[in-house]
Amino acid sequence: MSTTTDPQGGTFRLSMLLNDTRYRSMTLQAIAAIVLALALLYLYSNLAANLRAAGLNISFAFLGSPAGYDINQTLIDYNSQSTNLRAAVVGVLNTLLVAFLACVTATVFGVLAGVLRLSNNWLVSKLMAFYVEIFRNIPVLIWIVIIFTIMIAVLPGPRAFRGDDATSSMLFDLFAFTNRGVYVPGPYFTRGIGGEGGSIINWLLVIVVLVGSLFATRAVTARANNIQAATGVRPKTLWTNLAIWFVPIIALLFILGLSWDVPALKGFNFAGGIKVGGPLIALWFALSIYTGAFIAENVRAGIQAVSKGQTEAASALGLRPNRVMSLVVLPQALRVIIPPLISQYLNITKNSSLAIAVGYADITATLGGITLNQTGRAIECVLLLMLFYLVISLLISAFMNVYNNSMKLKER
Amino acid sequence: MKKSVLFGALTVAGLAAGAAAAGTLDDVKARGKLNCGVTTGLVGFAAPDANGEWKGFDVAVCRAVAAAVLGDPSAVEFVPTTGKTRFTALASGEIDMLARNTTWTFSRDVDLKFEFTGVNYYDGQGFMVPKELGVSSAKDLDGATVCIQTGTTTELNLADFFRANNISYEPVPIETNAEAQQQYLAGACDVYTTDASGLAATRATFENPGEHILLPEIVSKEPLGPLVRHGDNEWADVVRWTLNALITAEELGVSSANVAEMASSTNNPEVARLLGTEGELGSMLGLEADWAKRAIETQGNYGEIFAKNIGEETPIGLSRGLNAQWTDGGLLYSPPFR
Repeated sequence: MSTTTDPQGGTFRLSMLLNDTRYRSMTLQAIAAIVLALALLYLYSNLAANLRAAGLNISFAFLGSPAGYDINQTLIDYNSQSTNLRAAVVGVLNTLLVAFLACVTATVFGVLAGVLRLSNNWLVSKLMAFYVEIFRNIPVLIWIVIIFTIMIAVLPGPRAFRGDDATSSMLFDLFAFTNRGVYVPGPYFTRGIGGEGGSIINWLLVIVVLVGSLFATRAVTARANNIQAATGVRPKTLWTNLAIWFVPIIALLFILGLSWDVPALKGFNFAGGIKVGGPLIALWFALSIYTGAFIAENVRAGIQAVSKGQTEAASALGLRPNRVMSLVVLPQALRVIIPPLISQYLNITKNSSLAIAVGYADITATLGGITLNQTGRAIECVLLLMLFYLVISLLISAFMNVYNNSMKLKER
Repeated sequence: MKKSVLFGALTVAGLAAGAAAAGTLDDVKARGKLNCGVTTGLVGFAAPDANGEWKGFDVAVCRAVAAAVLGDPSAVEFVPTTGKTRFTALASGEIDMLARNTTWTFSRDVDLKFEFTGVNYYDGQGFMVPKELGVSSAKDLDGATVCIQTGTTTELNLADFFRANNISYEPVPIETNAEAQQQYLAGACDVYTTDASGLAATRATFENPGEHILLPEIVSKEPLGPLVRHGDNEWADVVRWTLNALITAEELGVSSANVAEMASSTNNPEVARLLGTEGELGSMLGLEADWAKRAIETQGNYGEIFAKNIGEETPIGLSRGLNAQWTDGGLLYSPPFR
């Protein structure tokens, strides 16, 4: 027994930490962990020492002091006397706005291009292949700058709309396309709750009515399904549904006195209506077409992952090609498409930090740009930025994973 | 265990390195090159010429310091910085000094821990608009779209000015002067605002400078000057007194043309002290006796530098104004060389 290599109780030797396969991996992991911890400790102590040497400290008090600068696109009330924290919140909302818009349009572009790339029409499929290869192989920053530069150079300035010999005119006298942005009529309520211009309650009412209509139409559809299951005859629901959608909302908007604020030239710029700024358009569009090209490839891969037998079986049942796609292929393809789609949504959110290239006031531009610069609190600002992007990315991941779980194959 | 000892040693070494970084003058001498932060390109102040050689008013300050410290005005590594990156570059030690139209303010001096070594240009924030707008005063700019370089004092002054006058505007934040110029000329903004000197320099590069006017309002005080890190007083002294030497040289009539002759034959004791033929001023700074002479010889005195880069004879065409010597009614007043 003395020659056995089995480590019996009490015969543990230090060398076994390296020589024994049962302990080796743990030893190596422990060493790696220690090295990592020491490296972090070194970086931290270095930072602390250098900060001390420079007479600086880490403090977040600057968030409460007035920002002192103005921002061109704010979704909440903000002026130059607001705090740095509020400026950061303005940036957060702008980041979320452009990320949301770009996620929606990128998905639309991506699904269209991905499906059309598989088209039997040679021209259509080659055009889509061209789109995908061009857009995903050029860095998104370059697309942002190109689109913005073209917008500035091609569209007229507000000055071109002025005077009797104006070189530009508004579309239908409602929309103005200028190199500073697009001005569209803005809705407002003349008899709204909370006086003219109204409070946010009016808009909440509109949303409540719309959600109510949504549930009502779903109930109608469920009832129709039940009747169809019981009697084999499906009652007509189209007119009922249209009435449920349109009658309440039109009535509400009439009661509130919906009116449109049409943009008009006033002073240097157009005033009134809603302004969609040039930087937002450039960033939104660039992120959409760039990420759309990636999503197109995901969609194509997802569709091709559905076996051809499924398509053929559906065709044999007499389904038309568009119904084959929407009823048979896409639902199965989604299981393959959604996981990489999550990472594309994360990419959009993170790539939106390139906003500063066109002067869009996202969180990187306000907190990580102007605030950082005017207060000199680089470490604090960058830490907050990292925290923000981390939280947002994890939230998007979590939501999309919930969706993925609801879509994935239910195995019984 | 050995590994942790090794890293412990590294930690100590790192701390030591952090503490030893104070002697910038020795670092520059050892390196044989001065790292000087300048703008990414503002004609007249700092911009590369057709041969890729940096030229300009701020560049001359860098070169004067290099001439004084290293004896060679070309021993300068120019590091282009934007309004946003400049302070990080200086604080991190990437550059030894910053000569980049930087306004001396309380918070930059005290809170950001920098040392302004003087003022080489007394400026103020102005507004440039196309003539065809028919605007004659900045107070008529209600509702205008304003291009502005982000991360600058002008950004804060702009907000203050419009708030004080109770008028509105829409800011367009821009990273560099070149981008601002592009957007302004394309009409994406009605107004471009920055230091008046910068506006003049930018306008000089336009195809039709005559179609743009500078509004009469100067809305802020912008004393621009070179700066260094806090806490290295020897190095701050070198930069400060090099600038003062250029200013004093003009006051005393010493120029690049006559500096050699003055050094050998002057009977003005202050000129002799400045040029190192009398007294020990150079060694007090840790430099050679002829440090100031070398700076003046290669770059000229303050007036020559001004005239050559941004003066009335140049396309930029700035008059001396506040930047005249105190003897001519300006603000330039160097402490005595004694």
